[in-house]
Amino acid sequence: MNDLGFPLLTALIVVPVLGALAVALVPRSNAALVRGVGVATTLVVAALSVWLLVVFDGNDAGFQLGEKYTWIADFGIAWNLGVDGISLFLVVLTGLLYPIAVIGVRPHHDPKPYLAWLLLLEAGCIGVFLSLDLFLFFVMFEIVLVPMYFLIGGWGYGDRVYAALKFFLFTMAGSAFMLVGIVALAFLHQQATGELTFDLVTIAEAQGSIAQTTARWLFLGFAVAFAVKVPLFPLHTWLPDAHTQAPTAGSVILAGVMLKLGTYGFLRFGLYLFPEAAAYFAPFLVTLGVIGIIYGAVVAAMQRDLKRLVAYSSVAHLGFIVLGTFAFTTQGLQGGVIQMVNHGISTGALFLLVGMIYERRHTREIAELKGLQKAAPVLAGVFTVVMLSSIGLPGLNGFVGEFLILLGSFPTRRWWAVVATVGVILAAVYLLWAYQRVFHGAPDEANAGTPDMDRRERLIMAPLLAAIVFLGVYPKPVLERIEPAVDRLIAHVEASSDFSQPEVAATEGER
Amino acid sequence: MLSAVWLIPALPLAGFLILLAAGRKLGEPAAGWLATAMVTGSFVAGLVTFAGLLGEDEHHRQFVFTVFEWLPSGSFSVDVGFLVDPLSMAMVLFVTGVGALIHLYSIGYMHGDPRFHTFFLYLNLFAFSMLMLVLGDNLLITFLGWEGVGACSYLLVSFWFERNSAAVAGKKAFVTNRVGDWGFMVAIFLTFASLGTLTYAGEEGFLENAGALPEATALGIALLLFVGAAGKSAQLPLYVWLPDAMEGPTPVSALIHAATMVTAGVYLMARVNPLLDAAPAALTVISVMGAATALFAATCAVAQRDIKKVLAYSTVSQLGYMFLAIGVGAYVAAIFHMITHAFFKALLFLGAGSVIHGLHDEQDMRRMGGLRKLMPITAGTFIVGWLAIAGIPPFSGFWSKDEILAAAWDSNRLLWLVGVITALLTAYYMSRQVFLVFFGPPRWQEAHAGATSEEALAEPEHEPAAAQAAPATPHESPPTMTVPLVVLAVLAAGGGLLNLPGVLTLEHFLEPVFEDRLHELDIPAGILLSLAAVTGVGVVIGILAARAIYLRSTQPADRFEPELLRRAWGFDQALAGFFGGPGRAFANFTSRVLDGRGIDGAVNGIATLVRGGGSRLRLTQTGYVRNYALFMGGGAVLLLAFFLLRTGVA
Repeated sequence: MNDLGFPLLTALIVVPVLGALAVALVPRSNAALVRGVGVATTLVVAALSVWLLVVFDGNDAGFQLGEKYTWIADFGIAWNLGVDGISLFLVVLTGLLYPIAVIGVRPHHDPKPYLAWLLLLEAGCIGVFLSLDLFLFFVMFEIVLVPMYFLIGGWGYGDRVYAALKFFLFTMAGSAFMLVGIVALAFLHQQATGELTFDLVTIAEAQGSIAQTTARWLFLGFAVAFAVKVPLFPLHTWLPDAHTQAPTAGSVILAGVMLKLGTYGFLRFGLYLFPEAAAYFAPFLVTLGVIGIIYGAVVAAMQRDLKRLVAYSSVAHLGFIVLGTFAFTTQGLQGGVIQMVNHGISTGALFLLVGMIYERRHTREIAELKGLQKAAPVLAGVFTVVMLSSIGLPGLNGFVGEFLILLGSFPTRRWWAVVATVGVILAAVYLLWAYQRVFHGAPDEANAGTPDMDRRERLIMAPLLAAIVFLGVYPKPVLERIEPAVDRLIAHVEASSDFSQPEVAATEGER
Repeated sequence: MLSAVWLIPALPLAGFLILLAAGRKLGEPAAGWLATAMVTGSFVAGLVTFAGLLGEDEHHRQFVFTVFEWLPSGSFSVDVGFLVDPLSMAMVLFVTGVGALIHLYSIGYMHGDPRFHTFFLYLNLFAFSMLMLVLGDNLLITFLGWEGVGACSYLLVSFWFERNSAAVAGKKAFVTNRVGDWGFMVAIFLTFASLGTLTYAGEEGFLENAGALPEATALGIALLLFVGAAGKSAQLPLYVWLPDAMEGPTPVSALIHAATMVTAGVYLMARVNPLLDAAPAALTVISVMGAATALFAATCAVAQRDIKKVLAYSTVSQLGYMFLAIGVGAYVAAIFHMITHAFFKALLFLGAGSVIHGLHDEQDMRRMGGLRKLMPITAGTFIVGWLAIAGIPPFSGFWSKDEILAAAWDSNRLLWLVGVITALLTAYYMSRQVFLVFFGPPRWQEAHAGATSEEALAEPEHEPAAAQAAPATPHESPPTMTVPLVVLAVLAAGGGLLNLPGVLTLEHFLEPVFEDRLHELDIPAGILLSLAAVTGVGVVIGILAARAIYLRSTQPADRFEPELLRRAWGFDQALAGFFGGPGRAFANFTSRVLDGRGIDGAVNGIATLVRGGGSRLRLTQTGYVRNYALFMGGGAVLLLAFFLLRTGVA
């Protein structure tokens, strides 16, 4: 038990599960109660995540508020949770994005199972971010697939069954490699030290217990699973289908939270467990990331479906995170972590806005939309701000992450950074072009009567806009809390590989 | 008094926030007055700060005010902070001064627009961003302002978004600027990687240490920054967005696309002058690109028919002069010309706006003429602007342009010659514009009658009394518009006083910023006078030629307006053709073929293979126990045989 005297981290996972059970127990006929329980649960989790933010010690680089209960003693598997600067804001993002997605979007049918699945998904996502046990992590990492599969298949659009199946199989295939990696890692660790455990910290800190070549192979096993999840080029094709066909709330959670499972995995497990292998494969992964930045943007520009365009933009934005992660500099990693949060906010907001357009016009075809700014000026204004944030305008949140990533990768991955910066131009191309076609011009008959945002929709967007401006103007409190954990991770990589961070980038006083 | 500096950007920001919250309620004209008051207040705060700066010791006029720490990350740290020095204050004063006048003018110009308050909301946001740009105490705050003005430019160019051309122009402006921003960003990364800081002032700062960088690094940073500057300040080859940006309301063209935002690149170059000093090759590139742009744009301006397009190309050309000045080390001359240009070009744009307003949105100069009697204030002030830009003494443009040309002569005779030819062309195209718009026979009547003959015929019958005020009759603009014109005319006429030869007020004020990096003119007075005389002759030839063609000649002037020049040598078209053709085809290929059929095709292919393989394997799963028993038996026999053979029993 932690110093808090309350199992806060466990509660963050258990409360949504209990909420899901409660929703399942409410009779289907009582729709209001179903919704009430669902919304209340997400609000409780949000409050818990804010509590976590408050009690988090920003100067501590290690894992905090740890909770460890033996689960399967024979195999050394434990319910082992902890939070550090890297996972903190992802948990908070999940906690705060959920009420917005649940309140903001009402399902078209069967709200009961819909809410239950969403809450289970929340538990899984938070579980991934908090797990410090490899086996527990794998369970969480896999569990999230099930609710998302049903959400896409049950409440999605168009070719939803194909999209759901593709999403499921793609990710499962990747995870299979990781499972082999986890089991092999635990047994090799046992061979070297005589102790069978799945404890992340124990295995990671016992560097040298595994041969270099073996570690590289194991890293690849993990990397495939994460690369699918990110997704890294060329393993990305499940994403546009899943994101486009998912119901709006599903897209928000998919882009806002679930894509981060991959980039988070790289940071938490890739770099921490296999620092030498991560340094060895870094040029390769960075190359794929940079290809994703350019490729995602080019393909996004040519999309005819607005939602698909936003989906492809994620490929580009996530490419930046991979670049920052494998730059191994304070700015790169810090930028990567904050970019995960910022992408969640901006892209989540974009999906909500596209959902609002769809609700009004029953189409997402760019060619069929025109002049919406005239008909719905507030919607257009909000879209403009979110778009500028996604483009990376300084003063809004998107800039902070992208800038730090590029700044931090320049000293160690110079030419990749130079090429990646082109992505900043391309982001302006695809988003402004889409905006021009959808919002500018004189509206034709079909678009002229499009209603503007109503009060509920404005209330939904308000916190997102506030976050976009706040994190752009004053990211310091967030960056400060991320930095110790990130520095610790870099020091860990430096200690176990021949990599060393250029002096210009390193935190002063560290060397 | 110096600490009033934070008010300078804070007031327009406050104006923006108030308009955001209550703009619709304030409505017309209160929203406009509020915005104008905020920028005027900002100008006053600038004056107060300026007075404070003058009270300080001449060679220690550099003060930093930090508001808060913006981006701390490892050893990297950037503050939201302001640098008060002679350069930033010179920029602040003319930006807020001209800005306030244009805000005032907009109240009249935007009268009746359904989104009146939104216009001023954007305008105040622009003023805030521009002031952050010039006041920022590090490269990243400069970049923040840089991007901010770019976004405002996008919003304002496409302000009348219902018009497709306006929407396209706004997007084009933003994207082209972003190409330049790529250079700015990489320059920032390289600066940080080699200096470890982005802050200008201080012992460890950029200004103190940039001069000591290895030449290759300094050259790299300088050229990358110049790419950014070329985007923002519309230099070759990134100028293409500026002529299109004329789709925006005319006050926007005056404020953003003539007086302030487009000079940001020149400001940036002046700001990083210690860096340029360490990279002489960069200076050469800048001067050559500046001179080339000046000449190129001037040739385009002579054939334009749209009253604003002439001024747009003229702006590109004049900005070229400023870069030429930077490139030959005449930093003060560049700033001097930037300020006088802000006066006379803002005046010309606002005058053009007044004409457009008076003619009810007519922009084609072929349908103007003879307006000086109907719009006396507009015509009179426009003529002052014309004399100033043409370089007629004692108007302001003469002094600043002459300083640049003298410095160019001292550095490279060819650059000087290009400058003189450009001056001749400038005098020519501006005279052409003045003659076409304000002199000669009035053509707006026939043109209008010709265009809508039915209406013109029908209207007097319905409302004979209103015939005088019928849409076709030009009228002088309201006082909110003419007052700024008069003030700017006074400034355009007398702006030369800022830096008269021999007195050099501006140069003495700015000297601490540039120190010994400033180009020292080493030319005897006699030669200086002869140079001015040569330029003067060129200017007179330009004016006379325009007079001969557009006032005296009865023949159509078409053959003096080649199609090729009107299309700006076809450069923009070629660029658009490339991106619209092969560029788009490539993107389409990537999206539809490579991604759709290639990668996703492979994924689905694998899925099909697995399914195919699975269905064949399924044939073995018959469900009959006897079959399974047979397999098991067979397997057991095989295993037994295997082990027997291995152990060698047989």
